[in-house]
Formats: sequence, structure tokens, C-alpha cells
Amino acid sequence: MNIVVNGNNRTVESPPLTPLLHVLREELDVLSPKAGCENGGCGACTVLVDGTPRRSCLTAVGSVPDAQVTTVEGLGAPESMSDVQQAFVHYCAAQCGFCTPGMIIAATAYLEGGGSADRAEISEALAGHVCRCTGYLKILDAVAAARDGGFDLSTTAESPHTTVLT
Amino acid sequence: MGSSAEVIQPGSPSEAASAFGDGDGVAVLAGGTLLVPDLHFGRARPERVIMLGDAGLNYVSRSNGTVTVGATTPIVALVGESAPLGPCAASIGDNEIRAQATVGGNLCAPAGFGDLQGPLLALGATARSAGVGGERSESLEDFLADRAGRLLLDVSYAEPAAGAFASLGRPHAHHYTVMAVSGVRTAGGATQLAVVGAGEVGSRLRSAEALAGDAEAAGDAAGAAVNPSDDPLASGWYRARTLPALVKQVLSELEASA
Repeated sequence: MNIVVNGNNRTVESPPLTPLLHVLREELDVLSPKAGCENGGCGACTVLVDGTPRRSCLTAVGSVPDAQVTTVEGLGAPESMSDVQQAFVHYCAAQCGFCTPGMIIAATAYLEGGGSADRAEISEALAGHVCRCTGYLKILDAVAAARDGGFDLSTTAESPHTTVLT
Repeated sequence: MGSSAEVIQPGSPSEAASAFGDGDGVAVLAGGTLLVPDLHFGRARPERVIMLGDAGLNYVSRSNGTVTVGATTPIVALVGESAPLGPCAASIGDNEIRAQATVGGNLCAPAGFGDLQGPLLALGATARSAGVGGERSESLEDFLADRAGRLLLDVSYAEPAAGAFASLGRPHAHHYTVMAVSGVRTAGGATQLAVVGAGEVGSRLRSAEALAGDAEAAGDAAGAAVNPSDDPLASGWYRARTLPALVKQVLSELEASA
């Protein structure tokens, strides 16, 4: 079967019941989706499937033939990051970074769906994503600001939740 | 890890019913939120897996006051429904889980997962299923009591005159529901109540329904009618003493909507 990953047609040899997460990471070498709990409870494996955020650990690859799969690698490169990616950098919204790909994918879908900067609505949109570092406030800052874009990545955002080491 | 089960992808409800047969050795994959990790880690080892994604069971239709919901309809499709179904659907999992998990998967899931049983039991839903002896329709209550060897196709219910839903709060989106009560006032004026979290599957609270005009008595009757067991979420003692409060809340909301 074939799936389209970040715009590239990829042939999949894994059996159809293999979780999409493992197809991406182990067969196709797409490493941003993380294997956290692998039971749908942490959100670290979230990818976009035909534009909708899904847990790749809960998705049998055979159930999404020919799907358009987008991971954070498909949102932007280091030299051309998406607004959400830039916001996460500007607001220091990643600590260990393990949850970050899932957070960014969910935030991207939320904002592309017309989501607002309201903290309660962002919290609800990201409710399935666990940050073991508990860096939630900076993640909320980043998502709330992401719609505006145009971040100066040479500086760190001024935020009560961000400590700038000098 | 991984599953070597034969995979069948039916293209219609009849093909799904045929592939399911009597259900022996079969696992049904709808949204996959429960089954995929079980297959991957070897907790489930079926001979065949039927993927229902293309089986034509994803629909919500309305006709003459009756709503019919296909088994593979994602839970998120019910979030906009009136109480008790909509608020119950909105309380399940998180955004991604509600978009992937299905109505049929939730109804047929092991104890602890079947949140939608409550509102659909209160609505007096009918379950249409396939299996040995062919297709049959029966009350959801009967279906849940003996669903082995049955493939759920859809559920249907009459739109209620009013509804209410009360649940113990969840501290996080990934916590399972400890207990929830659904209530419906039918177009004919009858009050129907159901609970999840007081047993292996959801159940109607008929003794409480009979006392619906007296919320205090109805709550006490509901508490006396169940004998919940302990599990990691809550003790049976706690559940039995919480149920009356939820029943009273639902009846209060139903009365307020009159």
C-alpha cells in the first residue's frame, strides 16, 4: 500500500495492522512522532491524517490507505518554520521536547480550524497531550501567539512564564 | 510484537456481516483506539480482523423523529446532539480520541469504556446487529446483556422531549468516567433513567423511574438497586452513595426543562 508522508509518496511494506506510528518511525524513518505510552494516552505520536489530528499509535496503517500524513517535518524546515513552530521557539515552549511534535500538530490543527487565542479553548484543544516537564503555560503562550506569526527568533518572548538566562 | 491475523476489509454492511459470521476468532476494528494497541502488544490474538472503515456504517440519519447512528460513526459526530447524548459524547476522551473512536466501539467496549451506553439506554435505543441467525433488532439493553457473537450495525432512538446528563467530573481528559447518569423525558411524557459505572455494562434505573416525581426517593431507589463492585477508579461503596446525587441532579434538570 501507499501513503503520502509530508508530500512524498511512500510505499509501505509493513502488515496492515501495524500502527502508523511504527510505520513512520521504523519503516519510513520519520522520527518526530514519538512512541510515548503507545495506548493513546499521551498525544506524543499525534500526526495529521488528511488534515485531522490522529493518534498514530492507535491507527492501523491499513485503515488509512493513500492518506495524506503530515508530521512536524512537513510543517516546516529549520530555516522555514511554520508560525506554530516559530512560536514554540520564541516562547521556549519545549523543555525535553518529547511532547512537542504532538503539541505542535494539535495546535496547528486547532488554529487552522479557526481556533482562538482563548486559553481555555486552547487547553481543551490540547487536552489529550501530556507534557511530563509540565511546561504547559509556555505552550499556551505559544499557541495563543502563533496566529500572529512574525516572531523574532533571535530573542525570547517576554512572558511571566519564561525565564531568560543571561 | 504485531499481529499476523488475516485482515478483511468489507465494502458494505452485508459484506461485513458475512465476514463476521458467528464472530468466532474475529476481532472488529472500527476506530481502533482500543484494538490497535491490543493487537500490537499481543494482548489480542484474533485469527481474523475485520476493518469496518469502508463498510458503509458511518452515518447519522433522521426520519420522522427517529435518529439512526451507524456503528462506525465517530463519537465526535454526536457532540452536537441534545442531552443526554451530546454532553455525554463531549465528555469522552479528548479531541483526537472522539474523532477516531466510534459509537459501536464504545458501546461494545469492555467495562469502564462504554460511556454512550448510558444515554442510549435512557433513550430506549434499538440495536440492529448481525450474527448467527442473521440480522436482528432488539433493545440496546437486551443487546448489551448478550452481545457475544453479534456485530453491531447501528442504533436508533426516538428524539426525546427533554434530556439531562450528570457525571462525576474527570480530573483529566484521559481519566475514565467513574459514574454518569442519563435521563430522558420521552415525547409521551415518560421519564427514563440509566447509569454507567455501577456495573459491567450500563443499566436502566427502573425503580428510580417509577419514583421520578420525587427526586429524593428516586435517588434512594437508584442507590438501593445497584451493587457496584470496587475497581481502580472508585470503590463500590463510593459509587452506590454517589448515584443518588446524580439521579437527583438529572431529575432536577429534567424538571427545569419542563
